[in-house]
Amino acid sequence: MESLGVLLTARIDPYLEAELDRRFKLFRLWELPPAQRREFLRENAEAIRAVVGSPALGADAEMIDLLPRLEIVANFGVGLDKVDLRRCRDRGVRVVYTPDVVTDDTADLAIGLAIAAMRRICDSDRYLRDGSWKGKGDYKLTSKFSGKTVGILGLGRIGQAVAKRAEGFGCPICYCSRSEKRHTNYKYYPSVLELAANCQVLVVACPLTEETHHIINREVIDALGPNGVLVNVGRGPHVDECELVSALLDGQLGAAGLDVFEHEPHVPEQLFGLDNVVLVPHIGTDTLETSKAMADLILENLEAHVSNRPLLTPAF
Amino acid sequence: MSDESPPAEQPQQRPEVLLLGPLVPFLDAALSNKFRFLKPCESSLPLLDFLAAHAVSVRVLLCSGPSPVDGDVLARLPALELVVASSAGVDHIDLAACRRLGISVTNAGSAFTDDAADYAVGLLIDILHHISASDRYVRRGLWPLKGDYPLGSKLGGKRVGIVGLGSIGSAIAKRLEAFGCPILYHSRTRKPSVSYKYFGNVRDLAAESDILIISCALTAETFHIIDKQVMLAVGKRGIIINVGRGALIDEKELVKCLMQGEIGGAGLDVFENEPVVPEELFHMDNVVLSSHKAIATPESFRNLFDLVSANLEAFFSNQPMVSLISE
Repeated sequence: MESLGVLLTARIDPYLEAELDRRFKLFRLWELPPAQRREFLRENAEAIRAVVGSPALGADAEMIDLLPRLEIVANFGVGLDKVDLRRCRDRGVRVVYTPDVVTDDTADLAIGLAIAAMRRICDSDRYLRDGSWKGKGDYKLTSKFSGKTVGILGLGRIGQAVAKRAEGFGCPICYCSRSEKRHTNYKYYPSVLELAANCQVLVVACPLTEETHHIINREVIDALGPNGVLVNVGRGPHVDECELVSALLDGQLGAAGLDVFEHEPHVPEQLFGLDNVVLVPHIGTDTLETSKAMADLILENLEAHVSNRPLLTPAF
Repeated sequence: MSDESPPAEQPQQRPEVLLLGPLVPFLDAALSNKFRFLKPCESSLPLLDFLAAHAVSVRVLLCSGPSPVDGDVLARLPALELVVASSAGVDHIDLAACRRLGISVTNAGSAFTDDAADYAVGLLIDILHHISASDRYVRRGLWPLKGDYPLGSKLGGKRVGIVGLGSIGSAIAKRLEAFGCPILYHSRTRKPSVSYKYFGNVRDLAAESDILIISCALTAETFHIIDKQVMLAVGKRGIIINVGRGALIDEKELVKCLMQGEIGGAGLDVFENEPVVPEELFHMDNVVLSSHKAIATPESFRNLFDLVSANLEAFFSNQPMVSLISE
């Protein structure tokens, strides 16, 4: 039987790449300059039956249309915003992704970003390394995290994991979700605006869809206010980044911990001089353990596909 | 006191408290409403001379910051009955001498517990996920140039060994349990009410831990309790977090171990000779450095004010102290 031709869109992970190369026939899209990629896909369209995509580069309609023999898209991540799911459904292309294995790291990072932002961990590290502790004396007071109300946008696996951790700090939990989760005791708000008005730390943990694009707009940011903290471990486009920057520069928002941005890898430079933001380069699931778990899940799904066994984590 | 005390007491009627060390202005102003501070720092006399001249009838000493309360100081305070410390750590107070002289000592109790525990967890997540290091990376404009930052390490499942399971250590344990970390500990005595695995010494604890968090008091016994043997035991992937006192760790040895890759990383809020920090650490991305600010929040200082105020008021009205240190 012909080996599964797998297109890897980006250089996501060396272990994943090596295994795909070993088990299947691997096509490395990133090796081509962007202008030559369409041609590359046409040339190999007969062979490519699977695409492994990442948050940077997924499987959009154009790519799917260029691959008539495409059978399955495997998304390295739980966010499916870079995969054209409608096109896949129409074409009968299966989609798998990596839920559950990413939950812990993402939730850990959300809490870590909240504490780092409120307690100014990054800025006081800088203060110490540039000699200011010796020269200027103690760093200023910073905001306590424990006991602050945490509002979670999206109470899925990641949102619930964030809630569980925050409860360990004595934080009251509230949330906004598409539907109320009656099995929890957390306070539900039907709109993100009400959520922002009633919490001090707002964590974005919902999927990116047309409805949630720029769901964190200026009105929501203002409701969170000068003592509020925004933590985004979702997707950059969840937040109106221009308004966020302007609110931070004006002191209208207290602090922010950001793992994602609208135009990665570009981060608004106006933020670089602020001490009340933490800016990390989409590291949400970037641990050795979780990357391997995600890669293994992708590989097992692909193996299941070629052996006609049930997929482990289908997206639909 | 007169039976018809006016709402605002005459200055002479406020009880006298000797103040050693500077108080943060907010605390100074708030406490000065109720107590009359005797302030050696405002005199040109050397401290011990000042005490000999002016403090002979002082019954209470409020000790702010790490100002030492040693034998020389105590010898010049013949009427002293109570030392109120403004910190959780009391390594700067000669507790043995106080005990001999029948002087009670109170500390900050659990005023700082939450903030200290939050900070320890924050430092730990930072180290494992490279938060400060990758924040620097982003601000230097390196993300578009050099691509993604190297992988970090997952917190869940890592064995956390806590050195000192007092108020702060327990609060750290409770938080990290929610992240899926098995908790182990060493303390002066085993705590029957907790289910965490107990170790009678720190080296054994380190050998079974991926992460060591130091949250114990600094005493003669715990000086350099984190020594080379302990560091080698926690190992090349091991992480050490210190929110106790700098001298709990052999700092020279720590720097060597970090430079030689004998331990994986460290999150340090305290140092042996503050504000001096070994410069070798400034070049490392696997350490997070902090200027002794784990408890420096308005909330902790508010708690401290309430506690200091309560202890002083209790003393002057012959009530039991709120946060007496027990030996």
